[in-house]
Amino acid sequence: MKYLTEFSDPALAKRLLDDIHQAATRPWAIMEVCGGQTHSIIRHGLDQLLPAGIELIHGPGCPVCVTPLETIDKAHQIAARPDVIFCSFGDMLRVPGSDTDLFQVKSAGGDVRVVYSPMDALTIAQRNPSRPVVFFGIGFETTAPPNAMTVYQAKKLGIDNFSLLVSHVRVPPAIDAIMSSPTCRVQAFLAAGHVCTVMGTGEYPALAARHRVPIVVTGFEPLDILEGIRRTVRQLEAGRHEVENAYPRAVRNEGNPAALAMLRDVFEVVDRPWRGIGTIPGSGWRLSDEYREYDAEHRFAVADLRVSESDACRSGEVLQGLIKPHQCEAFGQQCTPRSPLGATMVSSEGACAAYYLYRRLEVPAQAPRAQVTSVG
Amino acid sequence: MCLAVPGKVMEIFERDGTRMAYVDFGGVRKEACLEYVPDMQAGDYAIVHVGFALQRLDEATALATLRLFRELGELDLEFGDHWGRAAEDAGLPRPAGTEQKGDLS
Repeated sequence: MKYLTEFSDPALAKRLLDDIHQAATRPWAIMEVCGGQTHSIIRHGLDQLLPAGIELIHGPGCPVCVTPLETIDKAHQIAARPDVIFCSFGDMLRVPGSDTDLFQVKSAGGDVRVVYSPMDALTIAQRNPSRPVVFFGIGFETTAPPNAMTVYQAKKLGIDNFSLLVSHVRVPPAIDAIMSSPTCRVQAFLAAGHVCTVMGTGEYPALAARHRVPIVVTGFEPLDILEGIRRTVRQLEAGRHEVENAYPRAVRNEGNPAALAMLRDVFEVVDRPWRGIGTIPGSGWRLSDEYREYDAEHRFAVADLRVSESDACRSGEVLQGLIKPHQCEAFGQQCTPRSPLGATMVSSEGACAAYYLYRRLEVPAQAPRAQVTSVG
Repeated sequence: MCLAVPGKVMEIFERDGTRMAYVDFGGVRKEACLEYVPDMQAGDYAIVHVGFALQRLDEATALATLRLFRELGELDLEFGDHWGRAAEDAGLPRPAGTEQKGDLS
């Protein structure tokens, strides 16, 4: 249990919590979509400050975690090529593929580099014109505009040794898939704030209406999350299902028009598999025809992929909110940050990593193994 | 990586026809692309994600968030030594050639 004094504004935290406690008359299950929100919730013990009936279900919004195993394996194959400079965000280094991870590829002599920005990878490509430079472009809608701009620049400047290994995913189709699953327990969503900074809120009213769920755009700081929960509970109790923006300091309803225009130019929507979850229709982006030559999957023939996921890992169920991380038998036993079975245990946004960091000494109720592992 | 961190635009410049800036994140200085928030001026604050300004922020909000991120160690997670952290987590020696940070050569 955390103490109110740990909030940046304890009086406001108390007001928000009092309001939630007063409003909540029934049990409600609310999914926070974004892994950054999950970490904030678990780290600050926000779930333990809520009325007992309010459950926070952790969603699939960890880009590192849902990048398909096949794409991870392709990345490892490409990164191991002696001619290639493979650039990635630091979060990907220890994400387990079928056989290895980028950290081990580097240790074995592969030229893997961690960059802060995709534009850094483009700079590396400019400085190494004789070598193929590949950037591992993963992420949700927040990260897609930076990667799109980088490919746009590569084409504009004729940096032809640069390519992007693309695994971009989109939140709204995932919400649709989660709500369409027969095992769904989710009654409301905290939508990911920075995704909406880019995309705006325009995709959400149709979802809220179709599935009769409140969707509240929510930030990442503890007070932001309490405010998102407060608004969600008020809607649920009143029987409303509307889209609200509880993060107006960073989200405008129209999003970021310049970024949206770039996304439309560089990417096109495709069906995409999510690791542990399955294929979700229309849930991804790939490079459009005009930029296809910058697609690393087109440039590098990757052969003999034998994709093999750990039998013991239940990250797919974790990502769908069907179980909590510490209800997995492997959690903290076979599976730890030192020897992770799934990506959810290594990512700074993965739910398993959050529970390992902050909750591993708690004894959970065991969850039965779910039969349904695909929401797609 | 998914974190978007408030930063202060210190100095604006152009590179290869693109509007760029040096941005200060509570003492950490990085380059950021301003193309998605083209009206940013020196002294303004923005939410920056993987080297791209995505939305203007007011100063008080930006400073409050930065203070929180610093207290929580989030800035180190975003800008710190990824290879060192990965080596520590894995219980393995850090790979050769990763000692120097930010090698864009």
